[in-house]
Amino acid sequence: MTGRPDAALHDIAVIVNGAERRARVIPRLLLADLLREEWGLTGTHLGCEHGACGACTVLVDGDPTRSCLVFAVQVDGCRVDTVEGLAGNGPGLHPLQQAFRARHALQCGFCTPGILMTLVAYLRLHPSPSETEIREALSGNLCRCTGYQHIVQAALDAAVAGRETAPPA
Amino acid sequence: MRPAPFEYFAPRTVEDALDLLARHGDRAKLLAGGQSLVPMMNMRLVRPAVVVDLNRVTALGAVREDAGRLRLGSLVRQQTLERDGRVASAAPLLAEAAPLIGHLQTRARGTVGGSLAHADPAAELPACMIALDAVFHLRSARAQRACRAQDFFRGLLATALEPDELLAEIEVPAAPAPRAGHGFAEVARRHGDFALVGACAVLALDAAGVCRHARLVIFGAGDGPHLARATAAVLGEQPSAARLAEVGRAAVAEIDVRADLHATSEYRRRVAAGLAAQALGRAAARAEAA
Repeated sequence: MTGRPDAALHDIAVIVNGAERRARVIPRLLLADLLREEWGLTGTHLGCEHGACGACTVLVDGDPTRSCLVFAVQVDGCRVDTVEGLAGNGPGLHPLQQAFRARHALQCGFCTPGILMTLVAYLRLHPSPSETEIREALSGNLCRCTGYQHIVQAALDAAVAGRETAPPA
Repeated sequence: MRPAPFEYFAPRTVEDALDLLARHGDRAKLLAGGQSLVPMMNMRLVRPAVVVDLNRVTALGAVREDAGRLRLGSLVRQQTLERDGRVASAAPLLAEAAPLIGHLQTRARGTVGGSLAHADPAAELPACMIALDAVFHLRSARAQRACRAQDFFRGLLATALEPDELLAEIEVPAAPAPRAGHGFAEVARRHGDFALVGACAVLALDAAGVCRHARLVIFGAGDGPHLARATAAVLGEQPSAARLAEVGRAAVAEIDVRADLHATSEYRRRVAAGLAAQALGRAAARAEAA
């Protein structure tokens, strides 16, 4: 098959972690590549690049989304939240990140950003999950270190902490 | 892995989307949730010259319910099936199956119409739609037509859609009278994986407990969802558990059961027969209690 040239460029504007960013993109640029390559937000990791591992999960308009399965041009006008924005602008950690640190819920750390973003969205909707529910919520995130036990514990801790300190909307 | 270059359009109306399809025909691919299409594009198994993104066609995203009849726009997200009370009351089978479709992240983005048009033989939604006797409304710039779910699926990743057609709306009829129940059962290696095999059923009983309506669909076993013929045997009967198990076995015997890395055809047949009996049994128990 002969190659086709890239088609027209599209101008997009996205609210990333609360601040507007603009870019001019080719249609086939994946959201994950826009975040990492264009904007230097390398906290979003790319594992499998076909939607199996969940490492690249970010929030698009609040929903956990695989950024390797969305084109950058599609998020024009959307709100995108990445792991860099979790703790806000302060030096501290998000309660979920604190729980991960306290429970040693990361080994190599590759899967961590995707898991954090998945859990942030999940706990917002389900503040009192059971262990089984946490495991189901994380079924789309692979940890190749297989450190699931501590990840699940951290998520349960964070849920308790979140219930005790009513989170900002 | 990155897709090959393509030209991108994001129409705002169904009419504009249909015009683009008419213009580009089979060079174009419709992009809904992208949870099946984009992986295939990333791996370059599919290289559309034109991508028509439906995500800004808001008219395709509506859920409507009227006297027990449910109408789902094709762009309704799979997670909506888990969360929308109208789905839970009008088509509880869909609400029960929804949490098993992929993962949190894929259900947030993946759509009802996208799963149906993709027609994976192990997918939950095509099977449920056949069991519910849903009607799909297909539109093109030329015409519009209605297609029963059971006539829509044509084998492995194949459907009745023409290259210039779009699945616009899914209409799920009100539950069959007078007392209806549904059942769903599947086996997957992990939560959210495609089912190794699964079954779903809708049954209706009359006041005397006699079966007046029975639909059983087995999925993941052959090259597409299979609507069992064997359920005809229980119409006019008060179905016992033993009878339903017999129907399950007979239904599996109708299918050319596939084998793959994860399961032999013999294993799939055994599990499918058990799941079919479970789905029928749950449907009968719910109808009994209705």
